[in-house]
Amino acid sequence: MRFFQTFLTVSSLVVLLTACSSGESNVVSGNREGLLHYGNGAEPQGLDPHVVTGVPENHLIRALFEGLAVKNPKTLEPEPGVAERWDISDDGTVYTFYINPNAKWSNGESITASDYVWSWNRALHPDTGSLYAYMLYPIANSEAYSKREITDFNEVGVKALDDLTLEVTLNAPTPYFLQLMDHYSSFAVHPETLMKHGKMTDRFTPWTRVGNIVSNGAFTLEEWSLNRRIVMKKSEHYWDRDNVALNGVVFYPTENVVSEERMFRAEQLHYTQVVPLDKIPGYRESADPSYVQAPYLGTYYYLVNTDRPPVDNVLVRRALSLALDRDQLTRTVLQDTAIPAFSITPPDTLGYNPPKLFDHDPEKARQLLAEAGYPNGEGWPGLEIIYNTQEAHRKIAVAVQQMWKSELNIDVTIANQEWKVYLDSVSQRNFQVARRGWIGDYVDANNFLDLFITEGGNNNTGYANEVYDDIILNRAPKAKTREERYGLFYEAETMLMQEMPIIPIYTYTSKHLIHPSVEGIYPNLMDSLNLKYVRLHPERRLNEEAD
Amino acid sequence: MLRFIFWRLIQAIPVIFVVITATFFLVRSAPGGPFDSEKAVLPEVKRALEAQYKLDLPLHEQYFAYLSDLSNGDLGPSFKYPGRSVNEILGSGLPVTAELGLYALSFALLVGVFAGVFAALKPNTRQDYIPMGLAMIGICMPSFLLGPLLVLIFGIYLDWLPIAGWGDLPGDKILPSITLGSAYAAYIARLSRAGMLEILSQDYIRTARAKGLPEWRVVTQHSLRGGLIPVIAFLGPAFAGLLAGSFVVETIFQIPGLGRFYVQAAFNRDYTMILGTTVFLSTLIVFFNLISDVIAAWLNPRLRAQFKGAA
Repeated sequence: MRFFQTFLTVSSLVVLLTACSSGESNVVSGNREGLLHYGNGAEPQGLDPHVVTGVPENHLIRALFEGLAVKNPKTLEPEPGVAERWDISDDGTVYTFYINPNAKWSNGESITASDYVWSWNRALHPDTGSLYAYMLYPIANSEAYSKREITDFNEVGVKALDDLTLEVTLNAPTPYFLQLMDHYSSFAVHPETLMKHGKMTDRFTPWTRVGNIVSNGAFTLEEWSLNRRIVMKKSEHYWDRDNVALNGVVFYPTENVVSEERMFRAEQLHYTQVVPLDKIPGYRESADPSYVQAPYLGTYYYLVNTDRPPVDNVLVRRALSLALDRDQLTRTVLQDTAIPAFSITPPDTLGYNPPKLFDHDPEKARQLLAEAGYPNGEGWPGLEIIYNTQEAHRKIAVAVQQMWKSELNIDVTIANQEWKVYLDSVSQRNFQVARRGWIGDYVDANNFLDLFITEGGNNNTGYANEVYDDIILNRAPKAKTREERYGLFYEAETMLMQEMPIIPIYTYTSKHLIHPSVEGIYPNLMDSLNLKYVRLHPERRLNEEAD
Repeated sequence: MLRFIFWRLIQAIPVIFVVITATFFLVRSAPGGPFDSEKAVLPEVKRALEAQYKLDLPLHEQYFAYLSDLSNGDLGPSFKYPGRSVNEILGSGLPVTAELGLYALSFALLVGVFAGVFAALKPNTRQDYIPMGLAMIGICMPSFLLGPLLVLIFGIYLDWLPIAGWGDLPGDKILPSITLGSAYAAYIARLSRAGMLEILSQDYIRTARAKGLPEWRVVTQHSLRGGLIPVIAFLGPAFAGLLAGSFVVETIFQIPGLGRFYVQAAFNRDYTMILGTTVFLSTLIVFFNLISDVIAAWLNPRLRAQFKGAA
């Protein structure tokens, strides 16, 4: 009996002891201490720039490391990072980077050109298995090295001319090459640190742990509690430390978007990764300046399997596309958080605007369907849309299904699949129509258009066109001017949208809640944030109306 | 008694072995693999990855390799989190989930036993109907509804308690513990009411009352021990359930526990992580069931006599 009494007393004490009034919020204490509380979406897979991929990882790695060139947070144009300047040869194939003599690793050692040679050897080495190895493929012979066709890294177009000069030779002029220098797959890692914990190509050594990691960015790693938080502190050795305003950043793995929004309202976060769709009208109505939405370099579309009837017929594909009322879809289902898309490349991708060959035209759609042999939907064999299990995808699929039914009088079924099953169906091309999204890795139409070259790994539609391949692979890279290059892209994209192996639906937007005390987070196409430019203003408070 | 424990332990071995084997082959037969991603993976990269994780070996060799690692207590490297072992991830999440489970269970016992006993003292009156009605609602209310509701009231409107985190801000452990514990509290309330009702109708209680003992002594010293046996029997599976089922609460409150890894591992096809968590949790469930059986036997004189007879 004593047992029960003791147990009850102890447990009631435990409950009472943990009860306390809620203290100072993170935002208030963070503003005082110069600490940004950042909702980062998920626990990162890891912090090794040549091993992991993903958006949360990107944010963390870019705070810890810096590339040869970085993007201006407003214009996205390249500006000096580890390299203080660079020369580009007249034919556009040789880049010479001059490393800033003040650029240091977080242990105080200088960054050298040979660190880059070593790091790119690692990133490209077939044993490393870097998923983003192809980002470095513009470099001469790098693809052959990464596919084990050659084994001597000296044949790859990367040379350290001296400690501070790196010469990179490309296969062909690559106008977006400098942008790739700001992608984590091209970042340098500290060779001695990696070798202390294993081989160059090892994927699972603990070199990225607190206490082990040596990095070169504006911040250094202080704490990494799994699924709880990652804390970074301003680096003492970063070359531009005088311009870094924050003393540190705390990243939270905010997987649950609804909880993340509540944490923002309770001032536990300065910044959220996303905003739940059903909360957006509320923020809009109260004209809350915390809600920030901007166009994002990504397209949401339906893949069409061009080998499966009835969508093997281009007339059917065009009829389906013309029957969609994208304005209505983005306005109602998506609460104005998306922009109707009529092509694969998002509008104004570094000055490039894709063709718009069609619009919502139900009359023409019915006519095309009749020409294809299904007048008013008669004889329609049925069609299935697959999507990965998620409420947002389901809502869109239902809307599309209804539009096709009401405009074309055809029956369409929709089926959800669990993520990995869906990926398997898409890569095996085991579908008729499948939901798909593509987010650009760099701001250039090439990143969207090269998806659809014949047998491309991300093509998945069966689309094959030699003329298209020739433009993307040969003619556009050799174009002399930006106008000529964009003209060729326009031509290729026009061909693509006439054949319609994909049905574009909308262009993504980025959506964040940003506390009024935060300055220096600018909306841009890449949703790219350089924490180095962020500063906090404690006097600016959250608008109480937002509750 | 020792023999009973020994036999139960022997029985547990084939159970856990079947769990390992079934999980091993089931996860591998699911479509999609750990290295599939939305962006196409180059074939040479995929080969390199599979070689690093021994996925290029024939299935039976992978199986025996896994068993041999497991017998050394090594659950293997995580596929989703390169550089972390499954042991390490379990080691970091378990203390948190266990702490959360313990608070939730304490809350459940405190509230549940009190409400159940209270109701049993005056059966079929308002004193019975109100707590039992509330308990029914508690059982039916899912934590994904109760959690946000509590957050809204105590975190946002009243601003008394933090709404997310674990050990970061004072008081941030209260709401998740209550959310997780309330369904169990409700269940325990119903169990203890039923147990108490049975005991309170026994002759020896009538004797105690006839001796003129005050009612609180009748309850605390004579009835509770017998009346709570069903609750004790429930505690083992309940604690195992709290550990395995904390996913929703951990997600709502941003708690760095085991539950989130467990569910994510399945979506990610993180083979070693799925196996590791499944093996670990099934071992725990077997273990807690055993413990609660032993405690129930120790509390119940009739069962104890059986063991004595058998031994």
